[in-house]
Amino acid sequence: MFDLDRWNEIWNALAKNKVRSLLTAFGVFWGIFMLIVMAGAGKGLQNGVTQGTAKFAANSAFFWSEQTGEPYKGFKRGRYWHMDSEDIQFLKDNIPEIEYITPRNFTGRWGGGSNVIRGKKNGSFNVKGDYPDYIKIDPATILNGRWINELDIRDKRKVCVIGEKVFESMFDPKENPIGEYLKISGVYYQVIGVVRAETTININGRTEESICLPFTTMLQTYNMGNTVNFMAITAKRGVPVSIVEERVKELIKKKHVIAPEDLQALNSVNIEKEFEQMNGLFLGIQILTWIVGIGTLLAGVIGVSNIMLVIIKERTKEIGVQRAIGATPRMIISQIMLESVVLTTVSGYLGLSIGVGLLELVNKVMENSPSTTNDRVFFTNPSVSLTVALSSLFVLVLAGLLAGLIPASRAMQIKPIDALREE
Amino acid sequence: MIQIKDLHKSYEMGHNSLHVLKGLHLDIEEGEFVSIMGSSGSGKSTLLNILGILDDYDRGTYYLGGKLIQGLNETKAALTRNEMIGFIFQSFNLISFKNAMENVALPLYYQKISRKKRNQIALEYLDRLGLKEWARHLPSELSGGQKQRVAIARALISQPRIILADEPTGALDSATSLEVMEILKEINDQGKTVIIVTHEHDIAAMTKKIIKLKDGVIEEVIKNGELLAFKNRVSTE
Repeated sequence: MFDLDRWNEIWNALAKNKVRSLLTAFGVFWGIFMLIVMAGAGKGLQNGVTQGTAKFAANSAFFWSEQTGEPYKGFKRGRYWHMDSEDIQFLKDNIPEIEYITPRNFTGRWGGGSNVIRGKKNGSFNVKGDYPDYIKIDPATILNGRWINELDIRDKRKVCVIGEKVFESMFDPKENPIGEYLKISGVYYQVIGVVRAETTININGRTEESICLPFTTMLQTYNMGNTVNFMAITAKRGVPVSIVEERVKELIKKKHVIAPEDLQALNSVNIEKEFEQMNGLFLGIQILTWIVGIGTLLAGVIGVSNIMLVIIKERTKEIGVQRAIGATPRMIISQIMLESVVLTTVSGYLGLSIGVGLLELVNKVMENSPSTTNDRVFFTNPSVSLTVALSSLFVLVLAGLLAGLIPASRAMQIKPIDALREE
Repeated sequence: MIQIKDLHKSYEMGHNSLHVLKGLHLDIEEGEFVSIMGSSGSGKSTLLNILGILDDYDRGTYYLGGKLIQGLNETKAALTRNEMIGFIFQSFNLISFKNAMENVALPLYYQKISRKKRNQIALEYLDRLGLKEWARHLPSELSGGQKQRVAIARALISQPRIILADEPTGALDSATSLEVMEILKEINDQGKTVIIVTHEHDIAAMTKKIIKLKDGVIEEVIKNGELLAFKNRVSTE
């Protein structure tokens, strides 16, 4: 098997048709290269998104009110309504599966113009009213100071937690913002903390560019009464959030006299479902990658089979002589198979190495680029697993064998006499 | 050495069947130097192929060295060929990317003899045929006569009992032809059976027995003593 003569023969057979061998090898090379790069890129996208959302409570759902969609009990269609603070306690009391429930109110920068002033600096940021529990649903890293606590809520303190970007634009880098004051829509608030989002999920604007006030403070300062714009809940461990979601809708609709069949009045997003969809998307990307990759590879393999056929046609006489002087069919077949496997494996291995090399390069470049520290990207650590690499190598050898099969059987159909008589 | 009885062979050509050998009887003793002659279509190539186990036959029997050759599978046929028969071809059929020594050594490669040993044996055979200095040359660097001598060395190296030569001088000029025939004669003198297929009368006349084929049967067998008469007859024809 590992006789020098044999390798000599393989080399001569391939070297005789240099251009054709190279083009064929390129077909296989390209197939495996594309497979690796696409699989790696898909993995990178998946890593990026998963890392960006990993810490977000997956069993959470969010609700907000809209105009009613159905007439009900004397109310006409299109009525404006809103949830209120009482609903929160009401839901807590009636749905034991709820782990956390927190309202969130917004007053945005809609209408434009700066709403935040400090000394000569000014900026335009989202302002949100939050409860302490909110950070358990949408986690954020506290870079400095603290998050809103129960006392802030109870005393309606005029304090605020600012996003990292807010700090950067309203303060000097070396300044300590804690204890300083910001003027937000004409009212002064004391800064108690600086936060950075841990996820890439945005709820009414990026956390980095937001200012969070205690919920009760916001109700009072902005004269919101007991309106609740938005509500976040998480289900207890082991309970699908979809069930809680349905239950919340049912109770709220009943309480606010909304038609049970009204799909529009209380809108919601279920993160569990979104995650499932996302996972489906990644599965789709993976499947597509393999279909396209294997397709390209198959084209390459067919090319190899084709060139082997041509080689055999050209070597009819030689094969005839070999058989006349005593080469057994097995020797001839194994020779051709080996040639085919060598061609596919060498070119495929090259494609594999260069593909992995490219992924590594992209990885290095991305790790070194400073922008990734603040601005999160949806693309992290593109790579292929050892299993993928090994299985593609296995597929290659198998493909090489398959590619050699038709040419080898063709070679066996050559009758030595025909070969020798062919002038 | 060779006993053929009532040999039939036909080729299927689409719907037609071409009956080439029609009940041929042939006996060749060990150590004979035989030429098979005949016009094209007489069946001499077919006979050679059957003798060389390169082709199967339809009816009859063929014993080679006391062994019945019939319906062998490819592997067995290849082994028997390797062991019993040395082939010499009209167009030499050397492998172009192997040098003279490697070409000669090829049959031993199929016998799984180590590279070093088979190359050494090949050199000995090349030496015997006066080609030692040419051992490292590729076939394209050799003359026609040299190529045929390499091919003869290749046929001899597996120490077969029969040498089958298909028009061995067909591609050579007359001086080189004589040279090759001398070598074949020497081989025969050493006790090997040599069978040549040729259409050249003067080449056939150098053998010890001529078998003339016509229309798939043996028309005439001319033995050693009659060769001179044969020569005269041919020259007057």
